[in-house]
Amino acid sequence: MEAEVKEKRLIMDGSELIVESLARSGADVFIGYPITPANLLYSYSHERMPSFFAAPDEISTLQWMCGFATTGKFPVTASSFPGFALMLESINMAYMMELPMLIILVQRLGPATGSATCGAQGDLALLNGTISGGFSLPVISLSNMKDCWEMSNKAMKMAIDLRTPVVLLTSKEEIMTLASFAISQLPDVKKIERKFYSEGETFVPYKTNDSLVPEFLPVGNMKHQVRFTASTHDQKGIIQNISKEAIENTKRLEYKHRKNLEHHLYYEYDPQAGADTLLVSYGITASASREAVKLLRKQGEKVSLFIPKTLLPVSPKYFEIMDKYKKVVIAEENLSGQYKNILFGERGNKNVIGVNAIAEMITPARIMDAILSK
Amino acid sequence: MKNFLTDAALPFCKGCGHNHIAANTEKALQLLNYDPMDVVLVTDIGCHGIIDKSFLTHTVHGLHGRSVALATGVSAALNNPDKKVIVFIGDGGATIGMQHLIDAAHNGFNMTVVIHNNMLYGMTGGQPSEFTPFGFKTPTLPEGGKKTGYDICKLISAVDGVSYVCRIEGISDFSKNLAEAFSKKGFSLVEVMEICPSYGVKSNPGMKLSKVVESAGLIIKKFVDKEVENYKTEIKTEFKSLFSESDAIKTLFPTKLEKPIRLMFCGSAGEGVQAAAEFILKAGITSGLNGTKKGSYPVTVGVGFSAAEVILSSEEILYTGSPNPDVICVTSSDGLEYAKKTLATMKGGKLFIDSSLQAPETKAEIISFPFRERGGAKNSSVYSIFYLLMQTKMFPMDALKSVFSENKISKKIDLEKVLQSLNEPFLENVNGKNMEIVK
Repeated sequence: MEAEVKEKRLIMDGSELIVESLARSGADVFIGYPITPANLLYSYSHERMPSFFAAPDEISTLQWMCGFATTGKFPVTASSFPGFALMLESINMAYMMELPMLIILVQRLGPATGSATCGAQGDLALLNGTISGGFSLPVISLSNMKDCWEMSNKAMKMAIDLRTPVVLLTSKEEIMTLASFAISQLPDVKKIERKFYSEGETFVPYKTNDSLVPEFLPVGNMKHQVRFTASTHDQKGIIQNISKEAIENTKRLEYKHRKNLEHHLYYEYDPQAGADTLLVSYGITASASREAVKLLRKQGEKVSLFIPKTLLPVSPKYFEIMDKYKKVVIAEENLSGQYKNILFGERGNKNVIGVNAIAEMITPARIMDAILSK
Repeated sequence: MKNFLTDAALPFCKGCGHNHIAANTEKALQLLNYDPMDVVLVTDIGCHGIIDKSFLTHTVHGLHGRSVALATGVSAALNNPDKKVIVFIGDGGATIGMQHLIDAAHNGFNMTVVIHNNMLYGMTGGQPSEFTPFGFKTPTLPEGGKKTGYDICKLISAVDGVSYVCRIEGISDFSKNLAEAFSKKGFSLVEVMEICPSYGVKSNPGMKLSKVVESAGLIIKKFVDKEVENYKTEIKTEFKSLFSESDAIKTLFPTKLEKPIRLMFCGSAGEGVQAAAEFILKAGITSGLNGTKKGSYPVTVGVGFSAAEVILSSEEILYTGSPNPDVICVTSSDGLEYAKKTLATMKGGKLFIDSSLQAPETKAEIISFPFRERGGAKNSSVYSIFYLLMQTKMFPMDALKSVFSENKISKKIDLEKVLQSLNEPFLENVNGKNMEIVK
C-alpha cells in the first residue's frame, strides 16, 4: 500500500509548540522551578532554549529573570498557582521596572496546592489584581494548539513592545494533551528584534515619547548610565516619595497599556446573522464552545461565538461586540465566573449567564443547554 | 581617576557606617581602575538602598532581601568577567534573602556582596534582625538580644565555591579590603560591621563598635581567600527544532469512522496505561484518523490509578474531554475505582474489564477477559488494546501491529503469542463456578 502523508500530521502537545515558538521568536533564557502541570514546558525549554536555569525557588526565578531582563535578554518561565503566588511581589517589581518577560501560567485546580494534575481556569481574578494599585497586567490566553504557536509569539512581542511582564495563560489539558496536529497550518514565526536606545547624548531611563513606552537600554552598556527601580521613581529612575513627576510616571504604567492595546488585541469573533445569543469563552473551554456552536448550528440554532485571547486589559471593543446581543453566555472552568465578574461585576447583568465548573472540563452539552435556555 | 559618586552629600545620618561603605566602594573601584559603566550596583530595601542616586554606575534597585537573586540574573546575563556586579544589602535583607546568598555562593555567580550589618532594622524603627547579637539592645528589644545573631561569614564560608569572605569594622579606610573582594572571580562577600547612630547608639549608650563585635563573638578577619573560576553561562548556539516535518506520521491504513469514538483506559500506575493509549492514538492516526489523548493520574508518579482518554475521529476534534466514552477498558482495581463514576452514567457502549474484577452496575455491555493473567500485570494495559481492537475493529489490526513493532516494548513482548492468545478460551468466574469461556 502506498504511504500517504496527510497534511504532515504529527503527534504533539501544546507545550512543544509554545517552547519552539518562543525559541524561534528570540527568547534568550528559560528560568524555572518545576511544578505540575508546567513540567513539559520546563523540560522542552531545557532542550531548546539558548540558556536554561534551574532556580532554587519561584521568588529566585522571577528575580533572576528580572536580572536577565535588565541586560536586554528576554526571559521566560512557566509555573502554576502555588509557584505564581510566590512570584507576585517580584512581578510587581518587573512591572515597575518595565522589564519585558513572559510568565506562562498553567492553571490547575486550587485552592492552595489543590489537585496538581487537574486542570482549571481559576486564576484570572488573581491576575486582574496582581499589580497593586489598579494597574493591568497583560494576559494573553490560548484557545487551541495553533494558539500555542501564534499567541506565544504575540505575547512575547507585546512584552517587548510595551516593556512589561506578560502572562501567557493556559491550563493542564491545553498543554499536556497529545493530539494529531498538522504543522503545515503554522505560520512562520520570526525572531523579534529588540531595539535599544541609540540616539542622543543623554539617556533618561523612564522618559517617554507619545507611545508612553520608554526606550530600553541595557545595564552594562558603556555609553549611558541606566537605572532600574522598583520603588516610586522619577524619569531618571531615582526614588521619590510622591513627587508629581514620579506619580505621573507611575500612572503611565497603566496608560501605556491602554494606549497601545489595539496593537495587541487578539480575539476570534464568529458572528452568525440573526443570532440573539453570543457565546463567550476562552482557554480550555473555548474548544468545548467551538463544538457546542458547531452542533447547535447543525441543529439550525443561531448563535455567535466570541473567543477573546487578549483577556486583560479588557478592550472596549469587547463590550461593543457583546452589546449587539440580547443574551451573552460566558463559559469558563472556575466556580464563580471570574471573567464574567471582571466584565460585568459581582452584581452581574440579567442578560449574562455563566456556565461554570471545577474539577472537570465543561462539556459542550452544558454550554448548549445554557444557550438554549430561555 | 574616574568618579563613582556624585558631588552631592550622601543621604545617610551623620556617623552612619553606610557613608563609609559608599566612600570606600568608590575608592576601591578607583584602585582597580574600573569605569563606572563597567559596574552594576544592585541594592534593595533598607537605609543602605537609598544610595543609588549617589552612584554614577548602572544601578538596579529591587525588593527587600532579593538583591542577591536579582544580581544573580544580572551577572549570569552579562556573562562578562570584565563587568563588576556589586550588591549592597543590609542585615535585614540578608535575613530575608539567606537562601539567595547561599545559592549565589554555592553556584559561584560573579559578584561581590557587601553586607551593611548594623545589627537592626534601621528604616522601620530599630527592630531586631536575625543578626542582632546577644545582649545588644534595640528600641523594640530593650532587654537585649537573647541569642547570638547569624554569623554570616561562617555560614557563607561553609559553602563550597566561594572565593572570598571577610568581616571588617566599618570605620576608617577599608577600601583595600573591598578592592580585594571586587577583584576576585566568582562569589565574594564582605560583611561590614556598623552601629546605627539613630537606634543602635541610643539603645546601647557608650558602647563601642569593636566592643559589640567582640562580645558578640564575631571575629574580624578574612575567612576565605582562594582562587575560583569565573561563572560561565552556557549559551547554546546550535539548535534542533523540537519537531519537524520528517516526524510526520504516514497514513498507511486509510480508515473511515462513521462517528468519533471515545475510549477510556483505566488501570494502575506502572502498568503501561499511558503507553497503551498512545499506541491506540498513533495507530489511529496511522489509519488516517484524527486523534487526541488526555492523561489523568494522581500527582505522585508510580502510585495509584492511571487513566487516559483517547478520541479518534475522521473529522477535526475540538473538545478533548470524554464524559460519555464509547469504550472503557479496565485492567486493575485502581482503574475500576477511577472508572466507576463514568460507568454509572454510561447509557451504552462497551466495558472491557479484567476477568479478576467484579464489573459494577452499568448500562454498558460488559466484556470480561484475563488481561492481567495473559499479559502479566506490568503489560496488562498494552495487552488489552489488542483485544479491544479485535472486538471493536475501529481500524485495521495491522495499524496497531505496525506502531507496536516500531516501539522498543515490542522486544519484550512476543506479538505473535499475544495475537494467538486473544482467541484462546479462558476460565471465568460465573456464579461461583469456573466456566470456560470463549469470546
